[in-house]
Amino acid sequence: MTHIHYRQIEGRSLGYYALLALLGALVAAGLAAAWYMEHNGHWVTGMSNQIVWGTPHVFAVFLIVAASGALNAASVAAVFGRAPYKPLARLSGLLAIALLVGGLAVLVLDLGRPDRLIVAMTTYNFRSIFAWNIFLYTGFIALVVVYLWMMFERRLNAYSRPVGVFAFAWRLVLTTGTGSIFGFLIARQAYDAAVLAPLFIAMSLSFGGAIFILVLLAACRGTGRPLGDELLRRLKNLQGVFVLAVLYFVAVHHLTNLYLAERQGVERFLLLDGGVYTRTFWIGQILIGSVLPLLIFFTARAGARALIAFGCVLVLLGGLAQMYVFLIGGQAWPMPLFPGKEVSSGFGDGAIAAYSPSLPEVLLGAGGIGIALALVALALKALPFLPESLADTDDDPHHKTGAA
Amino acid sequence: MNRRDVLGLGAAAVTATLLAPGLRLIELARARAPEEAATGRRRWGLLIDASKCGDCDACVTACRDENGWDGHGRPATDAQWIRKVTLTDRQTGHVQALPLMCQHCADPPCVDVCPTGASFRRADGIVLVDKHICIGCRYCMMACPYQARSFVHEDVTNQKHHAPRGKGTVESCTLCVHRVDAGGIPACVEACGKNGNKAMVFGDLKDGQSEIARRLARASSLQIRPDLNLNTGVRYRNV
Repeated sequence: MTHIHYRQIEGRSLGYYALLALLGALVAAGLAAAWYMEHNGHWVTGMSNQIVWGTPHVFAVFLIVAASGALNAASVAAVFGRAPYKPLARLSGLLAIALLVGGLAVLVLDLGRPDRLIVAMTTYNFRSIFAWNIFLYTGFIALVVVYLWMMFERRLNAYSRPVGVFAFAWRLVLTTGTGSIFGFLIARQAYDAAVLAPLFIAMSLSFGGAIFILVLLAACRGTGRPLGDELLRRLKNLQGVFVLAVLYFVAVHHLTNLYLAERQGVERFLLLDGGVYTRTFWIGQILIGSVLPLLIFFTARAGARALIAFGCVLVLLGGLAQMYVFLIGGQAWPMPLFPGKEVSSGFGDGAIAAYSPSLPEVLLGAGGIGIALALVALALKALPFLPESLADTDDDPHHKTGAA
Repeated sequence: MNRRDVLGLGAAAVTATLLAPGLRLIELARARAPEEAATGRRRWGLLIDASKCGDCDACVTACRDENGWDGHGRPATDAQWIRKVTLTDRQTGHVQALPLMCQHCADPPCVDVCPTGASFRRADGIVLVDKHICIGCRYCMMACPYQARSFVHEDVTNQKHHAPRGKGTVESCTLCVHRVDAGGIPACVEACGKNGNKAMVFGDLKDGQSEIARRLARASSLQIRPDLNLNTGVRYRNV
């Protein structure tokens, strides 16, 4: 197999600086929003004592889930030994770290007391899945840094595979942990399900994969580096399978709930008469985020790059819609206090909780995306993450004979 | 009234005057010294008789005054340590009201999920939030089946020294731990007895001689969401 040559991106074009300026503005807006929320208290957001996790969590969980999925390409190369994916492994690891940092930043800045982050890092309750996740997240970042080091340092290359396998196992546990934040919530009927762990793993594969393809397309286009159709064909087909996997687990989750008489109320709310949540589910999550991308990924030619990129954008929009329905819609449905009785109070008991996202919340969430992408843009310039060429003949020894 | 009656009344008054400090001493003796740790030999709890609870809100008002969680006129984000809940039976239309607050579970989900251990359960069963290590993640609010917790959404003023609050942290009913530790009873129970319908009883669930334990032993009671098996310290009757 030919040796892969990596090189930093030039990073001097007007486009690069414009991108950095745009991302910097996003980050600044996110930080300003966090300061505003922190200074005034959360009453200036759409959140309440009923909807305790709002739009920032939609973005944060989305980014954290996507982070572990961004490691896909590296995992396919390291764990399953697929040579064509090997040149993508560095970018894959970088993206995984960047997305996780972006997501965690949003999560921390949305805390009631972000200044007490040090408390969260030093005082633990090990019965809490949240506490486990702090270790899973920081451990993941450390592990991927080591993984990248093994890949960058030629004399350590031999160790990159075992570290990659370990990182793959870690990311599965990590996303299981993220899903279990909700899966362990016994009181809320929209959550409290073991299937949320594999559902979150499927979501991570899909969202992380879509972001990876988009960043790869943008980076190759922006730097004029070739990207082979065969590689893109593999990536888009894999992406289609991931979208199908998410649909499968979503279907299992809803069907299981529909079978239980006690949960038919919440299912009716989400799927049938929940207003904005029902529309977001069917139009956002299912139509835009699943059906259209599936049509695109399984019919488009690999050369139709704009169309594939569009499909990935749809997956991400659908993913945000999914997180919104899951997080906000799931909390909006009241908890059952007395089955068989109608409950009412001045504190929202028995009623659908009202919520509309506020500007600071959206800005904070978008700031997280800004942080992640700015990290990627800066890292690509600082270190050789991207191969000089991803043309099919260069990266796929099996393809070489046919192409030559 | 003859002379004998006057003498009798006088004697009773003197006896009462002499005995009262003694009774007060017994109460003080039963209170926990500040340096003494809460003990698992006790479990504080409440029994609420829904059939006696009317449409007053003496308990809510008393709690608010006692603990100083006055709101800003914004119901969605204002704190609510105790609330009145109205139940209507879907089949029969029968309507009832009852107060709902932290149920002081023996296995509290809020304590399980809290990443820093700020949510904790004292040995005597009172579930509290340590305001110094609460980071405001609100996972406990996601986990509590009773929606008993509030997030402090804005600046707080006029705090009570015995009930510290803090913007950006989570809070809930403390079972008036400051009163209980001094040998008293929660403000809601006191107010319900004085100005309400005498629907609430407070006491030590583990003390077989306490009124609450005797009442619980005598007739059936229920926990809210018994299916979750949280072993709540707050029990209801006639729901």
